Amino acid sequence: MSDDNRPALEELGRRIRKVGGAKNGSELSSRSPRGITRTFRLTTEMVAALGVGGVGGWLLDGWFGTEPWLLLVFLFLGAAAGILGAYRAATQLMKEDMKSN
Amino acid sequence: MAEKHSPLDQFGINRLVEMHIGAVDVSFTNSAAMMVAVVVVATLFLTISMRGRAMVPGRWQSMAELCYGLVASTVRDNVGPDGRRYFPFIFTLFIFILFSNALGLIPYSFTITSHIIVTFAFAAVVFIGTTVIGFWRHKLKFLSLFVPPGVPIALAPLLVPIEIISYLSRPVSLSVRLAANMMAGHTMIKVFAGFVVLLGLAGVAPLVFIVAIYALEVIIAFLQAYVFAVLTCLYLADALHLHHE
Repeated sequence: MSDDNRPALEELGRRIRKVGGAKNGSELSSRSPRGITRTFRLTTEMVAALGVGGVGGWLLDGWFGTEPWLLLVFLFLGAAAGILGAYRAATQLMKEDMKSN
Repeated sequence: MAEKHSPLDQFGINRLVEMHIGAVDVSFTNSAAMMVAVVVVATLFLTISMRGRAMVPGRWQSMAELCYGLVASTVRDNVGPDGRRYFPFIFTLFIFILFSNALGLIPYSFTITSHIIVTFAFAAVVFIGTTVIGFWRHKLKFLSLFVPPGVPIALAPLLVPIEIISYLSRPVSLSVRLAANMMAGHTMIKVFAGFVVLLGLAGVAPLVFIVAIYALEVIIAFLQAYVFAVLTCLYLADALHLHHE
């Protein structure tokens, strides 16, 4: 894309924003309350799964006497579960957006 | 002095009426008093505002109807028609958390949802409830929730533990999210309130900041109650329909 297209594209973007309403741009900013809530939603999802995995592995280690192996394995499983949870939350939020638009 | 004006002072539990049953301390605390206040205010709000039952609602009736409509549409969209029988529970949960958050914003009051044990109790009820509903509805087929559909059987030993951890982390993330939000907001306001006094005339700057944060906190109080209700609906939908997507 050449540079001389840029003013035309910017003008187009402005028109799209005007038609779509300024609502979308401001609401999804990371500083708006909804943006903060969403950020928190995804991060707690990850941290909670990691914590549950770690504590679960530690408890199982205590029962089976296999320190520290289950703790290590379950920390990784917890990290995977956290990413999975965040991914699912993000998909769900995207669906919500599609519905409201 | 430092101890008396700690920003974390507001989260302290005080016994108002000492009570002991055997070795168990069941004293009536400021937290319990606040819970009673929340129930009373929420009940008064919903009953008094709906007393007129006008065709064209006034301001108060509109607010009550808005709450009802919001939760009703959330349940309908996320759970589907068979979620209606669980509407009373989700509505009660939403209103209780909303009023706890909102009343906690009144200066000198107490925010019960800033204590993780309180929010964990909410989350545990939701977690145990949805699990029981799932097993009651689908019997052992409910366990298929832990096996993602369309996955080769060789990957199951890896994916099933991940799904189980993900399932067990639900009450943790649910409770941590609400409590951390409430606690962070209230602590921040108190910290900046301390700056106002320390800075003298220049304290106007943090004062303006507090006003802005306060407005944000009002919205967060509502949003967190809503997020709690939405996630309860999603967990319920999982229990009712297994993999419905």
